Amino acid sequence: MTVHSFQEHFDSLIDREIAIEPKDWMPDNYRKTLIRQISQHAHSEIIGMLPEGNWITRAPSLRRKAVLLAKVQDEAGHGLYLYSAAETLGISRDEMYDQLHTGKAKYSSIFNYPTLTWADIGAIGWLVDGAAIMNQVPLCRTSYGPYARAMVRVCKEESFHQRQGFEIMLTLSKGTEVQRKMAQDAFNRWWWPSLMMFGPPDAESPHTEQSVRWRIKRFTNDELRQKFVDVTTEQAKVLGLDMPDPEIKWNEERGHYDFGKINWDEFWNVVKGNGPCNKQRLEARNKAWNEGQWVRDAAMAYAAKKKNKAAEAA
Amino acid sequence: MSQQNKNEWPLWEVFIRSKAGLDHKHAGSLHAADAQMAIENARDVYTRRMEGVSIWVVESKYIRASDPGEAASLYEPATDKIYRHPTFYDLPDEVKYM
Repeated sequence: MTVHSFQEHFDSLIDREIAIEPKDWMPDNYRKTLIRQISQHAHSEIIGMLPEGNWITRAPSLRRKAVLLAKVQDEAGHGLYLYSAAETLGISRDEMYDQLHTGKAKYSSIFNYPTLTWADIGAIGWLVDGAAIMNQVPLCRTSYGPYARAMVRVCKEESFHQRQGFEIMLTLSKGTEVQRKMAQDAFNRWWWPSLMMFGPPDAESPHTEQSVRWRIKRFTNDELRQKFVDVTTEQAKVLGLDMPDPEIKWNEERGHYDFGKINWDEFWNVVKGNGPCNKQRLEARNKAWNEGQWVRDAAMAYAAKKKNKAAEAA
Repeated sequence: MSQQNKNEWPLWEVFIRSKAGLDHKHAGSLHAADAQMAIENARDVYTRRMEGVSIWVVESKYIRASDPGEAASLYEPATDKIYRHPTFYDLPDEVKYM
């Protein structure tokens, strides 16, 4: 088969919505784009454990603590499903970690913001996981088989995350004046960064067309962002909290909420590494990896020892 | 400063039987130092919601897979043997339970 007909066969699989699996021929760029997208998605899950892990020891009740522990464990699991999917494309786990630890790979910039109060945990579950769900549900039908299957598993687990966050916000917003103010403050700080999670505006997103063609992306950044604004504004009414954006207004003609301008300078600045916690996040990951080397070595040494003992006994 | 490929744990494929009577299904992969750790890790990451009653782990290097490029010739014998399907056979209406 010539390269030309491999391409035709690949294109016809994409057009017929048939999954591409690890051993199928695929264009180099498809492979590279997927490795980048899936590994960065995985990194986001692992880094995302840090801002939430910050409040495990200070959760206000045993129930809240157990629930937050379960959520953070899930995020570790999500990282794993995604690293697994990326590894099927020919990159090793160590390589991906190296890219993360040296700053070569990116992760979702939302996790470069600090969790200042308990209410931040509620805001993250409600808004950040909410935005993630909106992104991830369409990915359950993405063209690359292992990625789609990982997303199905992730989505099943993600819905408790959002409910957990909303429940926290509900309790706080219906609580004392101090609690209500704390919830409003967290909402105010996490709202805009959550909108930025959907990425730059479509006009400034050069890869979107290719990603849509290959079914790696099923909806554009702006489409998903608009949906998130519409859905979340309604949810905020139940909480009785003020929308952090004074320009949010229902537009009858469009059938959507209009909203104010996003500060894209802040977005690019955080992406470039100048957010409040970028340095802290990478330091935490590097520390955990380097200080855990002895554990990885010990496990291998112990496994080898057990194997030799079994061989001798046989 | 990070360390690369120093004793990277081998990769294992994980198969889970969700309940008695069903097959083990491929759930994903993970890294572990040996089979026991692989099973325990699989329990931690693939059965947090009681999704499994049985776990199989196999080192990924032992999985042998067919080549999709060879699919046409590999499966060719099956393509023209419709007599393997029950619908190929015409029976009189009076025949019951067949």
